[in-house]
Amino acid sequence: MADNRQDSGAIVSAVASLGHRVNEALLRLGFATRFFLMLLIWSGQSFRRFNLTIREVYFSGFQSLLIIMVSGLFIGMVLGMQGYETLQRYGSADALGVLVALSLVRELGPVVAALLFASRAGSSITAEIGLMKATEQLTAMDMMAVNPIARVVAPRFWGGVISMPLLAALFSATGVFGGYLIGVVFIGVDEGAFWSQMQASVDFRYDIWSGIVKSFVFGIAVSLIAVFEGYDAVPTAEGVSSSIKGTVVKSALAILALDFVLTSFMFREA
Amino acid sequence: MPAGNLVEIKDLDFAYEDRPILDGISLEIPRGKVVAIMGGSGCGKTTLLRLIGGQLRPSRGDVLVDGQSVPQLANDELYALRRRMGMLFQFGALFTDISVFDNVAYQMREHTDLTEELIRDMVLMKLNAVGLRGAHQLMPAELSGGMARRVALARAIALDPMLIMYDEPFAGLDPISLGVIGQLIRKLNDALGATTIMVTHDIQESLLIVDFIYFMSDGKIVALGTPDEIRASKHPFVHQFVFAEADGPVPFHYPATPLAQELLGKGAHGRQ
Repeated sequence: MADNRQDSGAIVSAVASLGHRVNEALLRLGFATRFFLMLLIWSGQSFRRFNLTIREVYFSGFQSLLIIMVSGLFIGMVLGMQGYETLQRYGSADALGVLVALSLVRELGPVVAALLFASRAGSSITAEIGLMKATEQLTAMDMMAVNPIARVVAPRFWGGVISMPLLAALFSATGVFGGYLIGVVFIGVDEGAFWSQMQASVDFRYDIWSGIVKSFVFGIAVSLIAVFEGYDAVPTAEGVSSSIKGTVVKSALAILALDFVLTSFMFREA
Repeated sequence: MPAGNLVEIKDLDFAYEDRPILDGISLEIPRGKVVAIMGGSGCGKTTLLRLIGGQLRPSRGDVLVDGQSVPQLANDELYALRRRMGMLFQFGALFTDISVFDNVAYQMREHTDLTEELIRDMVLMKLNAVGLRGAHQLMPAELSGGMARRVALARAIALDPMLIMYDEPFAGLDPISLGVIGQLIRKLNDALGATTIMVTHDIQESLLIVDFIYFMSDGKIVALGTPDEIRASKHPFVHQFVFAEADGPVPFHYPATPLAQELLGKGAHGRQ
């Protein structure tokens, strides 16, 4: 009897805790949506001082160049090695250029560049906004009649959105160069075949444009997650650290989930 | 300067979710005066400042600043009012990514069309008033606590506000910096023809510079008066505060079960 009562009590409290969590998650989602709308509304004012956004393109875009280009180069080189190893079994080593370019432009470029961008720039945006909140800088700005969403959040968001496709394009370009370096320079695949097959098989609208759209969508997702996590951070050391972790984890999940959805729409007839 | 009250708070209630913070507060801040709001930590002083600045909305009652009801202002009207307010935060809240000069120039650049040349002169004058003209090129991380507070003070008065609010201006300062900040608060108020509200628990420093003091406890005003009246007050709360007694109307202990009961294992979290 007592055991039964204990069991039903445990079930009730488990259901209550689940309900509480769902409730919290929905509230946060609602707050995030409202935050995004406010961000769009205040973006107009932020664009009037576009130099603020340019500054953020420098911080999140330009300063991520090194890690993006080095990673792109190495991933391209690995693709060159692995691709050659597989293709030469079927006597199609000449198609190495196509394999490297399509893998990078369609998938690896946008996805890996976005993952790196989330870890390098997204986390620092969250940390910066979170610490500004913890040290009352955002409140001080608001008390000076300067809207923190227009002045701090919107430039960082748009800086990320602008940077992301450019970084993904550079990632793919250095990757193709890495593939060329391994395939053509070191292994000895025919240079003419490498480039001409690539040129013939990579379609601008179908492949490259899809990659650009993907990286643009990832840019919106990562930048929104980064600014929201910072703005919504609990204003303590522990809270900011947990928000940074949130940015990296949620961005990675969002990128992979969005990539699946976008790929299934973009490459259906392939 | 028009006479009367610059700030009037009428029967104000405020609660964070279901935790009541302010309970029926009414007070007046006359124009041109330096008024302190005092009380122990967590009594709702900072919340009161945030309500005056329009960062929070009361659950009941009204806050009038220069005749305008703050809770009813639309966003742009509130921002227009805030341009005439200056606020000094507890730890300065300086923007850490820009220099001392740019911090003070921030509002001038945001809200005026003044030329850089004119802004430069004005910023140096404000910094000179707080004795830090020579530090204008430093970054906030290079300043001591007292210097950062003075820069924040220069920033708060950048646009010659009608109302200056200070949130714990003396917290964590050495005795010299404390005296300097106290004198600055008084002098700047009189020189600018402004009105000052200072939230603090530093009674000795406040008694030297303010015109009037309100004492708050548990979200209510429990005592008020001029510094002389406060010094002579027999009110138990004021007495405890002025003479810094550990126990009195404000208890030393956070509410708990009696110690003996707790140690003998019969407390709320004791062994069963």
